[in-house]
Amino acid sequence: MGETVKVIGAFDSPFSHRAEVALRLKGVPYELLLEDLGNKSDLLLKHNPIHKKVPVLLHGDRTIPESLVIVEYVDEAFQGPPLLPADPFDRATARFWARFLDDKCSTPFWLSLWTEGEVQQGFMKEIKGNLKLLEGQLKGKRFFGGDTIGLVDIAASGFAHWLPLFEEVAGVTLATPEEFPDLCRWGKDYTSHDTVKQCLPDRATLLARFTAKKDMFVSTVKSMAPKS
Amino acid sequence: MAGEKRKGLQLLDFWVSPFGQRCRIALDEKALPYEYLEQDLGNKSELLIRSNPVHKKIPVLVHDGRPVCESLIIVQYIDEAFSSSSSLLPSDPYARAQARFWADYIDKKVYDCGTRLWKTKGEPQQQARKEMVEILKTLEGALGDKPYFGGDEFGFVDVAFVPFTAWFLTYERFGEISVEKECPKLAAWAKRCGERESVKKNLSPPEKVYEFIATLKKKFGIE
Repeated sequence: MGETVKVIGAFDSPFSHRAEVALRLKGVPYELLLEDLGNKSDLLLKHNPIHKKVPVLLHGDRTIPESLVIVEYVDEAFQGPPLLPADPFDRATARFWARFLDDKCSTPFWLSLWTEGEVQQGFMKEIKGNLKLLEGQLKGKRFFGGDTIGLVDIAASGFAHWLPLFEEVAGVTLATPEEFPDLCRWGKDYTSHDTVKQCLPDRATLLARFTAKKDMFVSTVKSMAPKS
Repeated sequence: MAGEKRKGLQLLDFWVSPFGQRCRIALDEKALPYEYLEQDLGNKSELLIRSNPVHKKIPVLVHDGRPVCESLIIVQYIDEAFSSSSSLLPSDPYARAQARFWADYIDKKVYDCGTRLWKTKGEPQQQARKEMVEILKTLEGALGDKPYFGGDEFGFVDVAFVPFTAWFLTYERFGEISVEKECPKLAAWAKRCGERESVKKNLSPPEKVYEFIATLKKKFGIE
């Protein structure tokens, strides 16, 4: 097609990674525009006025926000290996688990890291239960998508690369190989995949950045967690 | 039980659910016969729990014994599994992305804010009122001067939002929001959609939605 492709993203963001990995898996060259989320650019606010979030995909004169919408767009707009299965029922199943990750896993995960005591125990139980359900979808396959990476792998990528880092910063253990053998094995396979590796932010840099932001993370949670 | 695979389409649903109505409208737009199975949400059936073990929620579409959950996923499934009849999603990838974006926006914003409109009082209700007006105006902006969200044809985003038009009366009475006044184009769109057979047949009458919520309010002790 020859039109310019750009991703407005952020170094730390697993959602931003989703957009990048989808493009790379399709072999689509793109320019990455990194945002400072503490000081959002006019470009970001212009292209995502409604949610003001990363990632945003710019393809020619088209603007696509929302990471899961971007992944499906990339799958449909570009040639290359499919990111979603062909069969309608399998597609519905993939979409279900991608949505499950965003609707049921993001928030309890975040809250389990930065709360304390009984409240934290509650969120830990919730996220572990949901991760178990997710793990059940692997069913002996290398990836959620089968032999190749698909929508659910991309949606779950936060739990492959970012989860262990956040566990370390927060001093919390959520997913051990003993409790989650398939999920941990998948996490290793995902993060060591040749194409994925190219757009995963460096571990040491992320660790340093998150450690520096720890107090800020804890304060975000105080406004989110239910008042006891 | 495990080997039993009923042929055809069943929809596990609850009469007033706007999410369920999306599926009913989609099925009718595609002229697909199905069996409607009303669920008792206070006493969930084994069929519902078995079909949606993760969320235990309606709607669930069961097709030849296999369940599909989450209303927007169900609507896309209906569109893709029965692709020979008229499409609900456009064929162009960018138009599809825009449709998915707006359907996602509706899911993230409308129901939650609408619930706070009738469940809260005082300051939180004022906040919900303000938010709902903003949400409706944003959607009206997305509609623009087009007859439907998708353009000339009734499509995915229209299906996603139209069941909530039956709730406008409830928003008005409990939340003091007049959609007619705040968003006349949206009100006109609602009327236009209301003329379609699939919508006429499947939306709850606004007075019935209002009665249902009024009963819930009493039950929760919200004056």
